[in-house]
Amino acid sequence: MLELFKSKEKRAFLFRNLVRLILIFITFIYILPFIWMLSTSFKADRELYLFPPKWFPWPLVWENYNKALQRFPFFKYLRNSVIITGGSLLGVLISCPLVAYGFSKIRWKGRDFFFYLMLSTMMLPGAVTIIPTFMIFKTLGWINTYLPLIVPSFLGGGAGLIFLVRQFFNTIPDDLVDAARVDGAGDLQIYLRVILPLAKPVLFLISLFTFLGAWNNYFGPLIYLTDESKYPLALGLPTFFSLYGTYWNQMMACATMTVIPTIIFFVIAQRYLIEGIKITGIKE
Amino acid sequence: MTKIERKEFIKGLLFISPWLIGFLVFTVYPIFASLYMSFTEYSVVGASKWIGLANYKKLITDFLSLKAISNTLYYAAGLVPVGLIVGLVLAILLVQPLKEILFYRTTIYFPSIVPAFAFATIGVWFFNPYIGFMNNLLKIFGIQGPFWLSEQWVKRTIILMAQWGAGGTALIYMAAIRDIPRELYESAELDGASAWQRFWHITVPMISPATLYYLVIATLGALQIFDLPNIMTGGGPANSSLSFVMYLYQNAFRYGYMGYAASMAWILFVISFILTMLIFGTTRYWVFYYGARR
Repeated sequence: MLELFKSKEKRAFLFRNLVRLILIFITFIYILPFIWMLSTSFKADRELYLFPPKWFPWPLVWENYNKALQRFPFFKYLRNSVIITGGSLLGVLISCPLVAYGFSKIRWKGRDFFFYLMLSTMMLPGAVTIIPTFMIFKTLGWINTYLPLIVPSFLGGGAGLIFLVRQFFNTIPDDLVDAARVDGAGDLQIYLRVILPLAKPVLFLISLFTFLGAWNNYFGPLIYLTDESKYPLALGLPTFFSLYGTYWNQMMACATMTVIPTIIFFVIAQRYLIEGIKITGIKE
Repeated sequence: MTKIERKEFIKGLLFISPWLIGFLVFTVYPIFASLYMSFTEYSVVGASKWIGLANYKKLITDFLSLKAISNTLYYAAGLVPVGLIVGLVLAILLVQPLKEILFYRTTIYFPSIVPAFAFATIGVWFFNPYIGFMNNLLKIFGIQGPFWLSEQWVKRTIILMAQWGAGGTALIYMAAIRDIPRELYESAELDGASAWQRFWHITVPMISPATLYYLVIATLGALQIFDLPNIMTGGGPANSSLSFVMYLYQNAFRYGYMGYAASMAWILFVISFILTMLIFGTTRYWVFYYGARR
């Protein structure tokens, strides 16, 4: 009996370390492109062509960053990205919970109809509506402004986010709302004073998703912005790439600078992004 | 409706009005407007002219649109199943009880939030045939790596690159796997079920709702693939990486053929709808809701 127990324990030990080895290998693969990016960004021109490649170039050629910055106005693009993303965040945070409240805490005829109608729009490819949408913004004279990228987020922020917040609101007991109603509070008051303060976790979560959606958006800026001085990073980096893409060390210096805000965001948000999926019950 | 009901109805509508306005202006109207436009010859400036089905006829005879459709189906046929397998394998590994598991989870998840526009440029360098990382690595093993962005390879390379974003799918599967009651595995083990049998008869059916979600989202995403090919190759070489949405974009915003592009948008809508319906139509054969009556 003792023998059997031992061998079983041994097998578990072997299995655990096998899993560990596989995971270390996979993790390495997943960060490899970024190590390669960082390493390249510090290489001297001639070091690019060495075989086998140098992993840790020395001395670090900071000059690549200086040279890149002369052609790649990183801070201007960064500022533009921040404006677009900030505007989207503001819009979603104002409108999304409001809509979710209407879908969760008010009992009205047609609520379920509209709710499922909203969910069904998730199945609609964005490309289908893009041409008339573009024409609307063109008629309004909004082309080459940030408005087409920001204003739509004041309209609820999309079915996915509204769904998330609505699911969260559904977990708040109706008694709480009813008690406030008995006290004579109107729905707007209940929303602002009772529900919103309780909703901080889910508001934080939708902020993260909104940030990613706006920051990573390439297609929107591509069709709406024409003036280079208005480009966000999403357009600035590909533009530099198409012009100077073969200066690989400078190119990777630009890519590194572009990825840094995402890394900072990730350090702040990773716990919530990875655990967040649990609170929201996306698997329904 | 009674008076109170009407009051509540109006209040409900008011609360959802931001979404409702967006829905009417940016969803309902564009769907019908692009349907109308698809029957016209219409550029950004000037009046539109009714031309009947000519755009749709062009669509099935235009060499490039056929190429773009076949490329896109190739992308979808690669991205959806490969992404499912990679995401599921990652999820299974990432729920194992190891002390440092959070480190692996975090690191593997990170690339999935890196913007595609940045990852595309890194990828072109990583897969550079002469001095990129991949072929240098292969050279060490005496293998002459392919031209990753050549006509023959480019679509496969893009499908491969998309797997760096599989962390998102892995998260969904991890949540689903962690919700499976332990007793199911314990009793199966007592009955002598092998690891593979436990996976196939417990894990796979128990996570099938997550698979349904993945299939729908991934299929819609794959049909609209744009960022990676547009930045990495611009559709080349010889249009071998040109996706349907890229061709739509070029027609609408580069050449100003809005009517033609609108007909492409409608075809995309129809293809997406058919594929989504196919997925939903088969759910009763393979999606299993634990605890629900069958």
